[in-house]
Amino acid sequence: MMPTVFSRRQSIAQLLKTVVAASMGTLLSGAAKAQVDKLTITGLSEARLRTFEEMVRPFVQNQELKKENVSLSLPMLADNGHMVPLSLKIDSPMTEAEHITHVYLISQRNPVPLMSKFVMGPWNGRADLSTRVRLSGNQSVIALARRSDGNFIYDVQEVVVTEAACVDNG
Amino acid sequence: MTSARLQMPPRITQGDVFKIRLLVNHPMDSGFLRDIDGVLIQRNVIRHLLCTLNGKEVFRVEPTTGVSANPFIEFYLRATESGTCCFAGLTTKPISASCVTA
Repeated sequence: MMPTVFSRRQSIAQLLKTVVAASMGTLLSGAAKAQVDKLTITGLSEARLRTFEEMVRPFVQNQELKKENVSLSLPMLADNGHMVPLSLKIDSPMTEAEHITHVYLISQRNPVPLMSKFVMGPWNGRADLSTRVRLSGNQSVIALARRSDGNFIYDVQEVVVTEAACVDNG
Repeated sequence: MTSARLQMPPRITQGDVFKIRLLVNHPMDSGFLRDIDGVLIQRNVIRHLLCTLNGKEVFRVEPTTGVSANPFIEFYLRATESGTCCFAGLTTKPISASCVTA
């Protein structure tokens, strides 16, 4: 009997993967669309997805930006957008000479792009964080960290949100 | 009423890097939602959460509306000296503070 159960479980997993992949597809096409109608920027429009540049440029300015040493983990499929567990591991020695000074969590679709800002220093010993965030729909989330030398590192993670944290007034 | 709970290891030796878990009871009203009568719920979010060790700032969080109600934050701290680890919060409503001894 055991193999039957296993194969059924496998097929369910496969189905779930397909569903997630399909939603990711719509997410990507949404991002592409956002590139096109760049001019329709309104503070509260829920549907609009920000571009990567719009998300990071206000923080990074003209400093160097690299995708390294940060690992952001979010559930691939979040059931409830009101409370999405988010954890972040940053590979940094956290010494006086080299440490992380700021961490920013940036959302692509939320009405307020910056979800949270953390200020830390060498006295933290380890630059790992975890928290719970609100997400209004399928989107990418960026974790941006500022190093003590002024340069930035980041990681991006895509997340599918089944029930968005609603924005009635949007 | 805003209150905060803090969890950390019972015994910490000097030089250890230990984990602090902070849970704040706060609605974090985003100001985008309406109540059952259609009246806009005023924005009420935590603006700052400051962790100090013997008066020195060691960690600061500045959440916006993107953080869930009852914010939960987990972070690390290096034990350099024994003392009082204190949390103070500033919200859009009057200031609240809570203090825990390490």
